[in-house]
Amino acid sequence: MGTFSMPSLGADMEAGTLVEWLKKPGETVQRGDIIAVVETDKGAIEVEVFEDGKIAQLLVQPGEKVPVGTPLARIASNEDLPPTEEPAVPAAPDEAAAREPVAQPVMPPVAPPVVPPASPAPLLPPGEVLRASPAARDLAREKNIDLASVAGSGPDGAIVRDDVEQAEVGSPLVRETVADLDPMRRAIAAAMSRSKRDIPHYYLAHSFDVTAAAAWLGRYNANHPPAERLLMGALTVKAAALALREFPEFNGFYGTGGFTPSSAIHMGMAIAMRGGGLAAPAIHHTDSIALPELMVQMRDLVSRVRKGGFRSSEVSDPTVTVSSLGDRGVDMLLPIIYPPQVAIIGFGSVSQHAWPVGDALAVRPVMTATIGADHRANDGHRGALLLRRIAELLNRPEGL
Amino acid sequence: MTREDLRQIILHEISQIAPETEGVAISDTEDLREALDLDSMDIFNLVVALSQRLGFDIPDADAARLTTLGSGTDYLQSRLAPR
Repeated sequence: MGTFSMPSLGADMEAGTLVEWLKKPGETVQRGDIIAVVETDKGAIEVEVFEDGKIAQLLVQPGEKVPVGTPLARIASNEDLPPTEEPAVPAAPDEAAAREPVAQPVMPPVAPPVVPPASPAPLLPPGEVLRASPAARDLAREKNIDLASVAGSGPDGAIVRDDVEQAEVGSPLVRETVADLDPMRRAIAAAMSRSKRDIPHYYLAHSFDVTAAAAWLGRYNANHPPAERLLMGALTVKAAALALREFPEFNGFYGTGGFTPSSAIHMGMAIAMRGGGLAAPAIHHTDSIALPELMVQMRDLVSRVRKGGFRSSEVSDPTVTVSSLGDRGVDMLLPIIYPPQVAIIGFGSVSQHAWPVGDALAVRPVMTATIGADHRANDGHRGALLLRRIAELLNRPEGL
Repeated sequence: MTREDLRQIILHEISQIAPETEGVAISDTEDLREALDLDSMDIFNLVVALSQRLGFDIPDADAARLTTLGSGTDYLQSRLAPR
């Protein structure tokens, strides 16, 4: 018995209204047949069935509005096959995004296909192309070992538990390409692989006019000697740190017991090394440091990171991270979270844009702030509010 | 101080900030930030270092004059010249 469910016809679709059934109970259907009409905010859409069989039961009557994923009909298989898995009707899209358009990620969750693949073969989640036994996966996860770096000795090269154990003790089974990497590259590879494997990221972006911040910065710097001036980067870091006070679900760690917010805001600064690589050590209690002192600490940290002199406490305890592209970057970045943190905030380069001011277009300095956040710990709606709050604070720089 | 002295001072201060740039050949017209991969923080530090070394304040608005070795040298020379 299969289920025919309300499909998601776009990432922003929360529910649909069944307009009409085109088949009756008992009628034979074939994969690809249009069997129902659904009304969405995009208009009436004809919906196909994904399997062969007979309509066994209609569960929803015309005129009913139901959430995405709600079973609409039962479909009996033609043959006496064991019950097939539910058709690949995708999970409802990001709830927050659906509820609040403003919270919609710039890169929305990939809209599920209107016609999922005919065969109910389980869809492999990304990252599952590697053949590995469940025990091997569990152990690798536990030991924070990247399965991609482990050579498999099982059937067809599948990775088994022994392989992971060997990899952990640094056996020659570890692929040489990994062994050849310098330690920093290896650390980045491990952290980012773990992040992309374990953390269900969502991304948001918000562009805003930074005229007020830039003007304030210009005035401030005109009145201070070189060593006491500020960079926009200090303002963005401070604005982000202050905003995070109101959004504790983005500041802390995700561990085996779930998310634990941190009472302190220790902001990691993603700092690029010359010649490649980066590190993201923390400035402690970032939210309570005055701008001039914050600038001093940022300069000191950048200098020490690039010379290799940062402290382990700075590396180990950031509660959230900021990555700024500076003035030679691009408009925005979609940053990857440093585990076990649950959010990373990105600041693109400030550049001149045509920008609506009142009824006219003006040329304004514009910045795009982004966030990559862990959907296990927080939601897009709040993430969007956080980005807006940062923009607000940044444009009241006298309060930073 | 000759132009060449000023040019060497700029190069020396950059190499203090970004040691791997030492000895990199760079023309007078190349954008320093692009040629030597310097970021906002590096330029900030360069302005601080040159101001301290030469004993005068380089206004924030003049930092853009340090875009290339040529324009930077011109700028520093103009600042050192008796007014």
